[in-house]
Amino acid sequence: MTRRPLAWGVWLLLGLAAAAAFAPLVAPYDPNASLDLVRLKSQPPSWAHPFGTDPYSRDVLSRVLYGTRVSVSFALLTVCLVVVIGTTYGALMAFAPPLLSTVLRRMLDLLLAVPRLLILLAVAGVAGPLSLPVLVLLTASTGWYACARLVNDELAALRSREFTQAAQATGVPVARLVYRHLLPHVAPTLWALATLAVAGTIGLEAGLSFLGLGIQPPTASWGNIIHDGAGLVHTQWWLTVFPSLAMLIPVLACNAVGDALRDRFAPTHFGGAAASTRSSSAPMRSPPVFRP
Amino acid sequence: MTSPLPQQTLLDVHALQVTFPGRAGMVRAVDGVSFTVAAGETVCLVGESGCGKSLTAMSLLRLVPAPGRIERGGHIRFDGQDLLSLDEPSLRSIRGREMAMIFQEPSTALNPVLTIGDQIAEVVRVHTRCSRAEAWQRTEAALAQVGIADAPRRARQYPHELSGGMRQRVMIAMALVLSPRLVIADEPTTALDVTIQAQILELLRDLRERTGMALLLITHDLGVVAEMAARVIVMYAGRVVEEAPVEALFASPRMPYTEGLLKAMPRLDPAERLERLSTIAGTVPSPDALPSGCTFRDRCPHAWERCAQEEPALHQVSAAHRARCHLVQEPERRVPTTATGAHA
Repeated sequence: MTRRPLAWGVWLLLGLAAAAAFAPLVAPYDPNASLDLVRLKSQPPSWAHPFGTDPYSRDVLSRVLYGTRVSVSFALLTVCLVVVIGTTYGALMAFAPPLLSTVLRRMLDLLLAVPRLLILLAVAGVAGPLSLPVLVLLTASTGWYACARLVNDELAALRSREFTQAAQATGVPVARLVYRHLLPHVAPTLWALATLAVAGTIGLEAGLSFLGLGIQPPTASWGNIIHDGAGLVHTQWWLTVFPSLAMLIPVLACNAVGDALRDRFAPTHFGGAAASTRSSSAPMRSPPVFRP
Repeated sequence: MTSPLPQQTLLDVHALQVTFPGRAGMVRAVDGVSFTVAAGETVCLVGESGCGKSLTAMSLLRLVPAPGRIERGGHIRFDGQDLLSLDEPSLRSIRGREMAMIFQEPSTALNPVLTIGDQIAEVVRVHTRCSRAEAWQRTEAALAQVGIADAPRRARQYPHELSGGMRQRVMIAMALVLSPRLVIADEPTTALDVTIQAQILELLRDLRERTGMALLLITHDLGVVAEMAARVIVMYAGRVVEEAPVEALFASPRMPYTEGLLKAMPRLDPAERLERLSTIAGTVPSPDALPSGCTFRDRCPHAWERCAQEEPALHQVSAAHRARCHLVQEPERRVPTTATGAHA
């Protein structure tokens, strides 16, 4: 098996995180300030404004940098929630009494049948513009299904292993058994899933904001910067190209890292038997350590 | 070795029946097994692979694997309490604290992602209200007790960093850390080298003497039985077929299956050495295709018509010796031993 390089993806993500964290220091201007509505309106890229300015004379580079904060933290928050909800549901499905387990399984099937975007559009359409926390809750509560399935499959495979029986024979309660004894085995695959989910969520946020249903202006996010520039794409290309390129970085990097993690821990297919045997034969207590 | 009778009964299994759903109805993998273990006693459960020994052991902790089920009707009394009617929390407080289990394969029974110290300390922390530091101290003490040198360092290692014998010592430490009154050891030496086997048995015997725990040793190795047990229970096809004090069983087995097992055991003393090790022809019948009458009759050199028609009861041979064989009632039916040799 050839190992896909983790390194460049990790560096890109670290760079992006730094840009987001230090946006106030790095950004040359206030992202929402109209600098000079007459002379600095819709300027193409220049040394003073590397990404150009928009029709309100705002600096696009500063907006993209601040947008990184919003988009990335939105994705991270959402994925954290997704992993927590998905893992809990998956563990319940695997270890609940047979009847409850069946009910949970059928409920998941039902939820999987409803397209995620449809729910998001419907809620945003009915309730109007949503605040960031509500948006996070909404995307997270429609995004944990795959995680629940994955965790359930992995735990079901682990349940028949002898060390699980041995732990039960020492009287460990089920919740503790899952959390302390079994989840470390699932961690590598969960990390891979989470990384890929971050990329997906960034795209989803951009899409929602582009439709005007996500992060509301004037707060900059990648999606609504693109939204603002969309009508002017023929004359003022810099309004859409730069935020789109910015968005490409975490998506590409996350996919690369996620794929590399997946290859390392589940070489045949995601969440299958190979995943559990591999991850447990390699002694690993903590989440995978990146080796850049 | 003390006589088992006057001691207090710790474990009393009566009419234990474990069933699995099979193609043609429920299959009885363990069928009406009854036995007792007194406090501090060593009892061996003997039989070939697939005869239900391990399943019996798992039933004692109520950990029968998924589609399997313990049928109503029997009971498992542990210290007077019927385990079959206990709820899950009460069961959990018995598992690991009052009754512990040592598994056959330490390399798969230890969790590869946790250090051995964590796994032992976990048992302590689940059952007792004590601090992390205190649990760790008890862990190190338990490791030292099973003869692991440099316990503080070893406790921080993962199972893959230890040898097989060492891992089995860790399993034993984990079982004994809370000084349970009954330890069930399911073929604790099968996965080990012969030299390590002897050490582990020595350790178990030594610990039993020191702690006064009762030991239910499951094995197919009669050498282990001779070395360890006070009393032996022989199982065949999910049933108890013979039960006797160890001397009586080795001196005069009454069930042909036990005889076969004894003949199949290698001997070192030249006087008793046979030309060739004998074997028992055939294999244990599958529980969904048991023969009528006596389950052993297909492989038995003495079988006659009655064996096909009527399942033998567990006949009393002497006070502590019982055997499930019609020969106990009709000893004249026994075929002379030379013929047995020819059969084998």
